[in-house]
Amino acid sequence: MKRIDSPKKLEDIRKEIIGARDPDKPCITICSGTGCRAFGSENVTESFRKELKKHGLEETIDVRTTGCHGFCEKGPVVVINPHGIFYQKVSPKDTNEIITETLLNNKVIERLLYTHPETGQKIVKESEIPFYKGQMRVIFGNNGKIDPTSIDDYIAIGGYSALSITLTDYSPVEIIEIIKKSGLRGRGGGGFPAGVKWESCRNAAGNKHYVICNADEGDPGAYMDRSLLEGNPHSVLEGMIIGAYAIGSDEGYIYVRNEYPLAVRNVEIAIASLKECGLLGENILGSGLNFDIKVSRGGGAFVCGESSALVASLEGRVGEPRAKHIHRVESGIWDQPTNLNNVETWANVPLIINKGVDWYTSIGTEGSKGTKIFSLVGKVNNTGLVEVPMGMNIKEIVYEIGGGIPEGRKLKAVQTGGPSGGVIPESLMDVPVDFDRLTDVGSMMGSGGMIVMDDKTCMVDTAKYFMNFLRGESCGKCTTCREGTQRMYEILEAISNGDGKEGDIELLEELSWAVAEGSLCALGQTAPNPVLSTIRYFRDEYEAHIKEKRCPAGVCKALITYSIDEENCTGCGACKKVCPVEAITGEKKELHTIDPDKCIRCGACMAACNFDAVKVV
Amino acid sequence: MDHKCIDKILEKYGHQESSIIAILQDLQEEENYLPENDLAYISENLPIPLTRIYRIATFYNAFNLTPRGKYPVSVCMGTACHVRGAPMVFDRVRLELGIDIGGVTEDGLFSLETVNCLGACALGPIVVIGKEYHGNMTPAKVESTIKKYRKRIAKEK
Repeated sequence: MKRIDSPKKLEDIRKEIIGARDPDKPCITICSGTGCRAFGSENVTESFRKELKKHGLEETIDVRTTGCHGFCEKGPVVVINPHGIFYQKVSPKDTNEIITETLLNNKVIERLLYTHPETGQKIVKESEIPFYKGQMRVIFGNNGKIDPTSIDDYIAIGGYSALSITLTDYSPVEIIEIIKKSGLRGRGGGGFPAGVKWESCRNAAGNKHYVICNADEGDPGAYMDRSLLEGNPHSVLEGMIIGAYAIGSDEGYIYVRNEYPLAVRNVEIAIASLKECGLLGENILGSGLNFDIKVSRGGGAFVCGESSALVASLEGRVGEPRAKHIHRVESGIWDQPTNLNNVETWANVPLIINKGVDWYTSIGTEGSKGTKIFSLVGKVNNTGLVEVPMGMNIKEIVYEIGGGIPEGRKLKAVQTGGPSGGVIPESLMDVPVDFDRLTDVGSMMGSGGMIVMDDKTCMVDTAKYFMNFLRGESCGKCTTCREGTQRMYEILEAISNGDGKEGDIELLEELSWAVAEGSLCALGQTAPNPVLSTIRYFRDEYEAHIKEKRCPAGVCKALITYSIDEENCTGCGACKKVCPVEAITGEKKELHTIDPDKCIRCGACMAACNFDAVKVV
Repeated sequence: MDHKCIDKILEKYGHQESSIIAILQDLQEEENYLPENDLAYISENLPIPLTRIYRIATFYNAFNLTPRGKYPVSVCMGTACHVRGAPMVFDRVRLELGIDIGGVTEDGLFSLETVNCLGACALGPIVVIGKEYHGNMTPAKVESTIKKYRKRIAKEK
């Protein structure tokens, strides 16, 4: 890689890269995000390479492994360019056919196309698939176009032009003004105005200023930040360099979960190539800006997503939060002014500089500008990452983009904000995604987890799940959080075991107040939210558990029994075969029965039955 | 671990106390857990009190103070996996292996752990065995998957 030491050199290199590329050259684009890899995309890539070699086409057809395309449900995803033909669930045995039919004969392979679930129509282009159609992929869209390990790819799509404009046309204070005017709010959960934070940090007294990228995405069920860092690390790094210029920092950190090995690898590769070409280091683009970024891997503690705990972890200590009256922007890492933003927040910065404040503020609502990436997961047909303009309502996201609920079941609630958030019931599905509106209904934006729940999801079990998570992740510093979450979990466990008592709901509410008021950091302060919101909207379900000893959703083990339906059972023996405790008896072709005393309610029989004969009562 | 190898790790991080988490991560990567002797050596040579190392090693979920199995079995307990039936999958894994969280099977082949989220929610519930992902798990699939590993291991022997 050549040195890029001036804005002119950057433009020259960009022209050179684009000039050397033929936009009409066929290219096989294979999604290589964690989701598609888990489905076997690496074998698909290898097979394409082998087949191309066999056909002697290595020079005429490109293979590009990209970041996550978002539609994880259909992985491995392959897009054939320049026509943008979208193939789903591709396996190595399909690769030869794709080359001979689609690439050499311009024929589309019907079987690999996406089928519209309602109309049955086969859809050829990625952009026409309902999952993508309703989205506005301004941050996330480039993931599918570039190889995240190639800085050339990023430069070819206009990368680092925002940095170049920043260093040439604006003073640091002007950049802060732009970010303030854009209305960009922190995407990590807090929603604090990014420009205001930058300004406070710039103005704070200290020997050295730091910028940090928080990639400790601990919210279970959310993986937007991982996909961005994996699929387009340069967009995050460019944002950080612009931030460093505005704030007056010469050193930055990326604190990333160690459970995300691919994100760690790709961001390290990106940093190495930036250092090699001089876009990180001394005198960046000849502007006099010096800036370096180090990667630090987290140790698997949820609390380290909290800024002061994260700073403690970076300093090599246990991740215990500090009191908030000392602002991080004034006294953060090594007690110096520190500006911390989340991955997605940083990735918004180059976009704002490139497209301008007017364009950016035209997207979204009064108080929430731009787009937000959500990880749409759980009981939804199209699991994946979706980027939508702020203000879109949840119903549109779940039904139009997400394709509704599997098996025609009924939507019960959507959970946002992770362990700090709450559930939003079906009756409030028209609430828009907006920082303030989500808080109004008892949930929160959070970092972007959106877990869809159907009528087979128990709300007491959901509350118990989050409380179990939080009691384990509480760092233990504040008594109210350490003991309170434990006590709340015990009460919820008793309720789900059928040992709930009158007054338990009220006791949970009282404890919620104590935990929220008496804890130092956001983990404790928001810990009661999953319990309070499930009580608020599904109190009857709690009461059914306590008073009637019944779990309406059929989830809480102690309150359910499995039985076999006489009419549907064919006596095939599939259930008997999978039962791990020999609780099922019955002769071939005759009705089978389950011994409730032996049954451990593992659900294996229900999953194995092809005739819908195993029922939960 | 050979002291020379530990020295290499310490050098990589410039003997910096603030890099203790990264040092322990590298050690665990090599040894699959944090052996007591190695921690004592790090304590002497960094230098940093052993109690502080233990505090860090027990605070962060990623560290193990006892050896893990040759194939650590990790059940994802993220919210998406949970609503899709991860608890039932977990129960079945526990039953199949006959061990609880943190345990190792007698033959030393499998150990059991849970993870908060792997971010591969489209495949949920997920079980990772060694480094391989197994998606859309059901209790019944747990049995056959573990059997497959046992067979494969027997063949290797």
